[in-house]
Amino acid sequence: MPAIVKELHREFAGPTRFMEVCGTHTMAVFRHGIRSMLPPGLELVSGPGCPVCVTPAGKIDEAIALAGKKGIILATFGDMLRVPGTRSSLEKQRAEGADVRVVYSCADALKLADETGKKVVFFAIGFETTSPTIAQTILDARRTGKKNFFVYTALKLIPPAMRALLESGEVKIDGFMCPGHVSAVIGTKPYGFIPRDYRIPCVVAGFEAYDILESLLMLVRMKKSGKPEVANQYCRWVRTDGNQRAVEILNSVFETSDAEWRGIGVIPSSGLNLRKEFLEFSAERFVDSGISAPEEKSGCRCGAVLRGAVKPTDCPLFGKKCTPDNPAGACMVSSEGTCAAYFRYAGKKKNG
Amino acid sequence: MQGKRKMADEQKITLAHGSGGSTSYELIRRITRVFGKPAAELNDSAVVGFGKSRLAFTTDSFVVKPVFFPGGDIGKLSVCGTVNDLAVAGAVPLYLTASCIVEEGFKISDFKKIVESMKKAATQAGIRIIGGDLKVVKKGEADGIFVNTAGIGMLRSNVSISVDNAKPGDKVIISGSIGDHGIAILSQRPGISFRTNVKSDCAPLDSLTGIVCRFGKKVRVMRDPTRGGLASALNEIAMASGKTIIIDESAVPVRREVGSACGLLGLDPLQVANEGKLVAVVSGSVAGKICREMKKNRYGKDAAIIGEVFRGKSGVYMKTIAGGKRIVEMLSGEQLPRIC
Repeated sequence: MPAIVKELHREFAGPTRFMEVCGTHTMAVFRHGIRSMLPPGLELVSGPGCPVCVTPAGKIDEAIALAGKKGIILATFGDMLRVPGTRSSLEKQRAEGADVRVVYSCADALKLADETGKKVVFFAIGFETTSPTIAQTILDARRTGKKNFFVYTALKLIPPAMRALLESGEVKIDGFMCPGHVSAVIGTKPYGFIPRDYRIPCVVAGFEAYDILESLLMLVRMKKSGKPEVANQYCRWVRTDGNQRAVEILNSVFETSDAEWRGIGVIPSSGLNLRKEFLEFSAERFVDSGISAPEEKSGCRCGAVLRGAVKPTDCPLFGKKCTPDNPAGACMVSSEGTCAAYFRYAGKKKNG
Repeated sequence: MQGKRKMADEQKITLAHGSGGSTSYELIRRITRVFGKPAAELNDSAVVGFGKSRLAFTTDSFVVKPVFFPGGDIGKLSVCGTVNDLAVAGAVPLYLTASCIVEEGFKISDFKKIVESMKKAATQAGIRIIGGDLKVVKKGEADGIFVNTAGIGMLRSNVSISVDNAKPGDKVIISGSIGDHGIAILSQRPGISFRTNVKSDCAPLDSLTGIVCRFGKKVRVMRDPTRGGLASALNEIAMASGKTIIIDESAVPVRREVGSACGLLGLDPLQVANEGKLVAVVSGSVAGKICREMKKNRYGKDAAIIGEVFRGKSGVYMKTIAGGKRIVEMLSGEQLPRIC
């Protein structure tokens, strides 16, 4: 047993529930086999930090409708393709003839606008990590006077979602493992309200096995000492103030707005919309409003999974009517989705 | 039920149906019902009796994009792919046919280059290309060039290799680093802006399987872990044999660049494609010896024993470097890059 694991077992004092907020952490926890090393009674629950998963079905329906319009190319990240909307998915629409392209960055979508000369709509999802690059691309589009490049945004912010979870009081959480890459942009200060207002410790954590184990140890110690704060385990990348330049770029293009999260509902000031100076790049003009009333597939418990209220294995559809090949809910689609992680690594088989 | 089936048939083919994962498997099972009973198992090669000997026969289509990639091209790939399907069945590859579907506008010089590399790969593998076909379609009706190869080989009489043949105490050997092909191809895709020096491992494995086959019945299973990677190959073996396989992460060779690229794209190297790797399950008594012999072959230099077969429920597990244990799942759906 590695020394850090021994230390964790030694320091651990009684039943504890920590939340790893981010899907990348959920996946890393499984991939490194970390659950098998934890002291009994230390429970890890997954949070809402998967951008694909928290995009509401109605937003997907609108993107599908956009993709079906003549002369429009819809460009987005690969994970969005198979996320079910109310009736269909972008992947199915592509098979029906819609022009949907997978890109690896927003800049590629801008390039696509250059190369094709057609109207390109980038369906933007992501958190603070991805958003500055999207903002920069919009600045580039402005600089080069692009008239055929648009952004359809479903960008979200992590700290307001954490506040919403704590306010709801649905799940008792003893500590947060916060996503290191988000803090590489925003720093550690935006989490300050959590120890201050809720007396709960936070650790900004990296993604290697040792990072995660050390972060858990830090959380256990803070809980024990009764002195919660925001600690930075990922100090090789994360500064207290984050990346000021990236934040400036982000704020120059976007402003915060209320946003709907799949499974959670509307959270105040948790989304990013284009500032009015940049509305020429907004794809909203192509959207027909009122396409569908968003609803989840009956029985799908993605919402509760995203709030950390239930485990994927508690969902009646999990592994039966909902598999990565035939997903009923968004959490089963994304490579960062909690249900996909459980399905891949926790050993629940299809017919199980 | 009738209604449900009809609805399923009205759906259209998506790319996930071609990923080699469980979506493909479901479709193929449904389609092959046409032949009467559903195909029980879908092996890399079919084995048929011919006089007193047994022949292995296989066919495969190649649509790789880009057509030329670091470490090979569609020509080399199409020969190696079929040679390897025959080789891992325990056969000596003998004859091969190739047919090409070419899109109008494709450069003749590129076509020639592809055919030359087919010849080179065939010579190296000791297989003879004895026939072929060429069709040209209108621009836009194909993407550059698609190649199909079919091959035939003679099964060695001293071996009985089968995917359901893994026994408790057997060891698992991999012939070298995993994931090279998948990452080499991905690094060439438009939009991937990282440079790597990773080359495809595309290679004919008949000389390597020849070495392994000298150990006769001590060789239980051979697979070439292509689409779906090592994870899918091991899961197929564990499922067919009804055994547990446990591998050791620290023993599995992964190039540093491949590991980093996988980290960036959110991929698991165990699920990334190979085109010149052999995974062999062999008796524990000779595993060390086989591994040493494999190291003498140019395609087995980095061969390593990576795991063991145990009695127990079908499944594949890995002891992680961090000291934990986790499930190794088959690839499902398309492998997609990560986004945050």
